[in-house]
Amino acid sequence: MNNISPKSQTIAFDDLDRAIVAATQSGLPLVKEPYEAVAHIVGVPASEVMQRLQRMLSDGIIRRVGVVPNHYALGFKANGMSVWNVPEDSIVELGQKIGALDFVTHCYRRPRHLPDWPYNLFAMVHGKTRDEVFEKVEKISDLLDDADQGHEVLFSTKILKKTGLRIKGS
Amino acid sequence: MLEVDRKIINAFQGGFPICEHPFAVAAEKIGLSEDALIARLNQLLEDNMMSRFGPMYNSEKMGGAVTLAAIAVPEPLFDEVTKIVNGFDEVAHNYQRDHKLNMWFVVAAEDPSEIARVIGEIEMATGLDVFDMPKTEEFFLEMKVSV
Repeated sequence: MNNISPKSQTIAFDDLDRAIVAATQSGLPLVKEPYEAVAHIVGVPASEVMQRLQRMLSDGIIRRVGVVPNHYALGFKANGMSVWNVPEDSIVELGQKIGALDFVTHCYRRPRHLPDWPYNLFAMVHGKTRDEVFEKVEKISDLLDDADQGHEVLFSTKILKKTGLRIKGS
Repeated sequence: MLEVDRKIINAFQGGFPICEHPFAVAAEKIGLSEDALIARLNQLLEDNMMSRFGPMYNSEKMGGAVTLAAIAVPEPLFDEVTKIVNGFDEVAHNYQRDHKLNMWFVVAAEDPSEIARVIGEIEMATGLDVFDMPKTEEFFLEMKVSV
């Protein structure tokens, strides 16, 4: 759970990988032999599909395989983007600590835009209510202690667009 | 929520097997039959409790590029700017947030230079500054909501 991935790097990725991604990015077929069904779509044996998926999983192209929960429908209706100004020289250590908290689902380092935007660490906090999110944000603040040189929580008030990331089959 | 759905959601936010009969293997782990697991997953999708079931891809590792960008949009221009920003196919998500920087969107493209182009075009079309905030480090994220 706690592995830190280095800066993103590109990994070999060919047309068959691309076809497999295109066939599975909206989900696996819910049938007894789903990889066989994908194999049928992309035109290679199921063993090849499974081997490719396994490789993409170990390369980090696939983050994980399984349930992608709809947080909102599950009752996590308050999603706060907490943003933090922390010292750059300890940001990796601090990011690891925050990323490991069970109520933080995404934690990233991003560039500041001074003077308007002093925040360099982003942590997405999910809660059932805004108060619950604020309580969790306080826990992060306690954990950061002196390294918390200012933070804010931005709640989303409206989804303006949501299409998801898509890659084309070829 | 049914106890069985709770079990499925908590047990399989990752780690779904890659093998010939993965549903049978997964079902056994939580004491279900293969048919029952498939049926519950279909229902969870239908009820929209789950967005999808399958691999979650990291598009940057496929050679693509993603950034998070934000604009401080003056309130009277909000709808107009929304139309301009959403009009780009490369804009995958766009959220209104309660802050001076009130529009936050994700730009995704297959090539990093496309990102710069889209941001430049949005700045031209709106006359507003776009704050480009690509992630420079990721502190590992795991879906760990428990229900």
